[in-house]
Amino acid sequence: MAVLLDEKTKLIVQGITGHQGQFHTEKMLEYGTKVVAGVTPGKGGENVQGVPVFDSCFDAVDATGANASILFVPAPYAKDAAIEAVEAGVELLVMITERIPFHDCLDIMPYARAKGCRVIGPNCPGLISAGKAKAGIMPNHIFKEGDVGVISRSGTLTYEIVNAITQAGFGQSTCIGIGGDPVIGTSMPEALELLSKDRQTKRIVVVGEIGGTAEEETARRAKRIRKPVFAYIAGRTAPPGKRMGHAGAIISRGMGTADSKIQAFEAAGARVAAYPVEIATLLRSD
Amino acid sequence: MKFYEYKAHEIFRKYGIPVPRGVLAATPEDLVDPPLPCAVKAQVLVGGRGKAGGIKFAKTLEEAREAARAILGMTIGPYTVRQVYAQEMLDIAKELYLSITIDRSARAPLLIASATGGMEIESVPEKSLFRIHLPPLVGLQPYVLRALAKKLGLPKEGASRVSDIVRKAFALFEGEDAELVEINPLAVLKDGRVMAGDAKLIVDDNAEYRHPEYADLPQDRTPLEEEAHDKGITFIQLDGDIGVIANGAGLTMATLDVLNLKGGRGGTFLDLGGTDDPEKVKQAFEILLKAAPSVILLNIFGGITKADTVAQGVREALEEMHVNVPVIARIKGVNEDRAREILQGIGHPADSMEEAAELAVRAKAGGP
Repeated sequence: MAVLLDEKTKLIVQGITGHQGQFHTEKMLEYGTKVVAGVTPGKGGENVQGVPVFDSCFDAVDATGANASILFVPAPYAKDAAIEAVEAGVELLVMITERIPFHDCLDIMPYARAKGCRVIGPNCPGLISAGKAKAGIMPNHIFKEGDVGVISRSGTLTYEIVNAITQAGFGQSTCIGIGGDPVIGTSMPEALELLSKDRQTKRIVVVGEIGGTAEEETARRAKRIRKPVFAYIAGRTAPPGKRMGHAGAIISRGMGTADSKIQAFEAAGARVAAYPVEIATLLRSD
Repeated sequence: MKFYEYKAHEIFRKYGIPVPRGVLAATPEDLVDPPLPCAVKAQVLVGGRGKAGGIKFAKTLEEAREAARAILGMTIGPYTVRQVYAQEMLDIAKELYLSITIDRSARAPLLIASATGGMEIESVPEKSLFRIHLPPLVGLQPYVLRALAKKLGLPKEGASRVSDIVRKAFALFEGEDAELVEINPLAVLKDGRVMAGDAKLIVDDNAEYRHPEYADLPQDRTPLEEEAHDKGITFIQLDGDIGVIANGAGLTMATLDVLNLKGGRGGTFLDLGGTDDPEKVKQAFEILLKAAPSVILLNIFGGITKADTVAQGVREALEEMHVNVPVIARIKGVNEDRAREILQGIGHPADSMEEAAELAVRAKAGGP
């Protein structure tokens, strides 16, 4: 089953003619994703890796019946591109772009939601349903189809953990990179809800970090689902008041500490790893 | 982006929000005609200046200059005070609280108000806070103002003055890409006027390109952090002595945590990001070395960024800069074997993050 994305998803790549867009289109095709169209205004008629390029999402949807889009458009143009995709009727929009102004996201997210479009990100590695399809930038080779659902706010740290999960003999259902920003399309508790209802997913790994209260909310929800939840929280030693690389990773006014999140997961009966790859050990001992 | 108090007041004035009169001074003699009586306040980007002695009161010009003399040059947190702001004393009848922030969970601006202002908002009991979301795409509607006036028990005239300030504060919040607009206290004066007694503003760094006028304002960064920021490198100076460099924010944080578990203390948070451009890697190492670490701990998970190309950049940087502190290198991912070969003879290799952290702690103690 997996969630949000599978081998039938027909994907548009917005910003396909850029360096990132071209590179990741190739990798997503290699993974078996149905990339049916690219969009770069003014470059309609070209093609990238054999994928036809259109001037707009409207043209791309008309010509190909695409139902999802992944966005590599630079931050200043991301709001325009996102709203265009929503208006063109895609049901899933994965925003990879980082450094999008928060106020743009405050417009994009409720608008997309009102129009029935699910947004993942921004500032995220995207989505992958192992063995089926990828709408993201994660390295293909570390994933293996299986029953572990993964939710994460970061990129390379997730790869580290996914790699350890795979090496330990497990595989993944869907890995959802929800993004490291404060305002994101799909929150951590919502991602947990999705995976908890997925039949393929038997256990759920949550990779959180300092900042905000999404982990605490997720932990409260984890208590009510039957599948075992495993968590790792980064930033135990992060000083307050400093933004640790991700826009959302900041302890402010005593809120958003790693301790509070760890305690919340422990109180919910989830297993919490002391260091990242211990997740794999915990999975094995479960 | 953070703002000195005087600068925040300037921006509040631009939006028509009344703030006390004040003058800025870099020397006591700069104070020629301050509003009297006044509070002379240190201009720093960190809290706690009152407790540090950074606020003094003055009735005469001489006293104001005396206060400025005492405060200028003072150290508050990591900063030396370079400027003071002499601000008019208000005749306050009542102190309220008002702020607008972004509520992550609701994906919406959140307005918080209270009839109890003037103190830290964290110490105000939850039940005396009025919280209401301002729906995005729709913005501030009159029902919010009606509910606010009722909850705060404002009389009619006061309610209309407060409402006016809330409207302007929201315009500022949107217009300046703010993460936080805070007025504490929102002062009701004895003559009935309502004024922002203190104004705090934080603007989203991601929106810097829309506000070039703020680009050169000083931020609460150390000189080395400032240099890294100018080069587009994500870098934070910490109080330990082991230089940590990794790729990705989450992985860098995790590396610092694992190091701590093994008994070490990170001195830097340096996130290489997705780059393997040797020139960028070199710049990052230049910053790292300026932080004078006793050991360097490199942790790379190569996914899309290939491990060997990062290793090549690291090798070039280290050779060129004649680094003579131990380097513990843990490189994993695509082409990790080649990465190890490239780093042969330069760093001490490690297989896992835990092993790398252990080696770093041992190297510090006198060699692995």
